[in-house]
This record gives sequence, C-alpha cells and structure tokens, in this order.
Amino acid sequence: MNTSAVNAARLVLARDLKLAFRKRGQFVQPLAFFAIVTTLFPLSISPELARLREIAPGVLWVAALLASLLALEFLFRDDAHDGTLEQYALSGQSLTWLVFAKTAAHWLLTGLPLSAMAPLAGLSLGVPYASLAGIMAPIALGTLALSLIGAVGAALTLGVRRSGVLLTLLTLPLAMPILIFGAQATDLAVRGASYAAPLYLLAAMAVLGVTLAPLAAAAAVRISLE
Amino acid sequence: MSSRSIKAEHLHLWRGDKHVLAGINLTVNSGEMLQVTGANGSGKTSLLRTLCGLMHPEEGRVLWGDRNVQKDLPAFHAELVYLGHEPPLKADLSARENLRYWVGVRRTVTAADVNAALARVGAGAWPDQPVRTLSAGQKRRVAIAGVILFAAPLWLLDEPATNLDGDGQRLVGSLIDEQLAAGGLVIAAVHQELPLTGAGPQRLVLSAK
Repeated sequence: MNTSAVNAARLVLARDLKLAFRKRGQFVQPLAFFAIVTTLFPLSISPELARLREIAPGVLWVAALLASLLALEFLFRDDAHDGTLEQYALSGQSLTWLVFAKTAAHWLLTGLPLSAMAPLAGLSLGVPYASLAGIMAPIALGTLALSLIGAVGAALTLGVRRSGVLLTLLTLPLAMPILIFGAQATDLAVRGASYAAPLYLLAAMAVLGVTLAPLAAAAAVRISLE
Repeated sequence: MSSRSIKAEHLHLWRGDKHVLAGINLTVNSGEMLQVTGANGSGKTSLLRTLCGLMHPEEGRVLWGDRNVQKDLPAFHAELVYLGHEPPLKADLSARENLRYWVGVRRTVTAADVNAALARVGAGAWPDQPVRTLSAGQKRRVAIAGVILFAAPLWLLDEPATNLDGDGQRLVGSLIDEQLAAGGLVIAAVHQELPLTGAGPQRLVLSAK
C-alpha cells in the first residue's frame, strides 16, 4: 500500500527529529551560539539596565538571525551526501511536500528553541517581564520565515563545496526585512507599545515563505541531483 | 507485475563537453534482466540515473510501458527502486529505523515486513545497532533489504554486489532470480557477473569516453 502524503511528511519529520537528538552537537551549536552572544553583551557594554534595554531588541535579533543562518548549512547537506535526497526525489511523493517537511523539522530544531530561549536572554538584557511574549512571538515567526527562505539558499548551494559563505551571502539580503520588522516588533514590545503591525508583516512573510519557498527549494534540489 | 517493459530510445546525454551517453537503445521486458558493463567512467551510473528520471537526456526518451516517463514521473517512480553505489542509510539510525523511514516514505511497511526483509538478507542479527558500527558489506545488505521492501516491479541497481562476500553475492543473485520469476525487471550496472541461475541476462557494454 502506498504511503499517503501526510504520512510521508510525518516520517520525514520524525527521521530528522530523531537524527537531531542522536547527533546532539549539531543541534545544540546554534542555540549555544545564541546564548553566548546574548550574555556577552551585558558583560562587554555595561551592566546598566536602561542602556541594555535600549539595545536588547537588536542584540536578540542579530543573534537569532546569525544562529539560524549557522544551522541552515546542515539543512540538506547530510541528506545530499548519503543519497537520501535522491531517494526522496524517487519516492513518488511530491518533493515539494517532503522539502516542506524537512524545513518544518529544521524550524522545530532551531527557530522554536531559539524563541523559547529568547525570553531568558531578554531578562539578562533587562527587558521587563510583561514584554516576554512580545519577544517570543516575533522571533518564532521570523525564524520560520528565515528557515523557509534559507531552505531555497541551502538547496541552491548544495553542489558547492564549503557552501557556508555563499549561503550566507544569498540569504542575508532576503532576511533583512525579517530583521527590520522583527527587531521593530520586539522594540515596541519592550517599550510596552502595541507590536501588532510588524508582527502581522512577519506573519505575512512566513505565509509567503510557506507557499513559495518549498516549491523553489524542491526545484533547486532536483537540479542538484542531476 | 505482468507485462511491463522499459525502453530507452536514442538516449544522448552530455555533461559539459563530454558525450556520456551516445545514442543508447535498450528494451527490457517483464522477467528480463539487463546487465550494463563498461570501464569506470563509461556512463553506467549516468545511464541508470537517466533511466529513472534524475538526469535529463539532451535527446531521446525513456518509455515505461508505452508512456514517456517524463509525462508522469511520480507514477513511474512509484514503480521503481533505485539503489545507487552508496547505500542511502543514516549512520546514526539502526538498520530497522533506516528501513522504516526510507521505505516508509513510499509504502507502508510493518515492523514484521522489515524484520522479514532483514532476516532474508542475513541482517537479522543486528537490526538495532547504529549503521555507523556496521561494515561496508553489512550496510550493503541492509540496503538490499530496502530494495526487497519496496516491492517494486523495476529494479535499477548500481553495482549491487559491491563489498559483499561470496555468500552475499549469491544472495543478490537469487533475489534477482526471484524478482525476475515474479515478472519484475532488473537493470544492473556491474563489474563482475552476478551468479544467476535463470536464463542469461541481456548485456549492454558501454565504451569508455
């Protein structure tokens, strides 16, 4: 009996999650990077809370952005090396759909833990308790959009040796709107103002990413298999 | 599985300025096997990858039955299994987990199916060890268990017996015999003759470029 598309995606997701927990180093690396960068700022700038609060949104966002870029390189690389991507392309399932499942797994392993860690990092930067939700939500949405955009870049650079730098160059310009609106949402939240408008824009980018990025990434994966 | 056929007509494939496949014609019918031989770099792997639609030939076409496979690749893919020269296994998963995820994306397999396939290829003794700890030949056996589990009419195998001991090579031979007896089709790129009992396979020799 052939597997339904939903079950196939579930298996792809489950495989990637299981592998991440078997190879913990790779999974922990971007999270550790985020924790280190955000704790170094209070040490290096000033322990004065008012000043830290001012820079907190920028620090949180730059650290989150770089941490998820760090993880992007691994999105397809191992699967391309061991022939798993090839088997996905020959599975008779829609490659777009399987690539979407892989990207979702990637976000669950980087974006979601990053947004869970962000409030802690925020507290160390003097952000008021009341604004913690306003830090988590934009980072969760922003990293989702970034995982999707990054999936296209990661797929395009599959054939390239040491693709890290090229991938960053490809993805960073596209990630700028996410950084700008994300940092603005967090900034508004820290000041206690309404951050709905930039959050909606982030949500729109994530939706656009969900609809278009897997198509583009799957096409790029196909090209890399030729 | 009855009355299937795969046919390639005038396949021309270029890689840069290298004419990798120069007008390949072949027909394999139900119950038949084609052994592709040729020196290293003569295009055996490229031929298999072109047949399964991963590579696009500059000229010519591949027919499955009487349909051009490019018209409906997912339907064609659902009827074939391709095993490249690297087994598509994750080093950090066990043989059992690997097969469940790899084959499961295509067809629903139960734990009993997986165990039976692993026992068939002589891998029943170490189903839960991480694949990282297995030898190259043991990995190859696990990959072959995957080929069985797909239960696909068309097998495209790239050097299926690499790294296998004499016993393993006879196993591959008898599995191919079974597949052919069941009306399946097998196209294999090989360096050494596989020990088959049935009628002699068709042969295609690719010349070095």
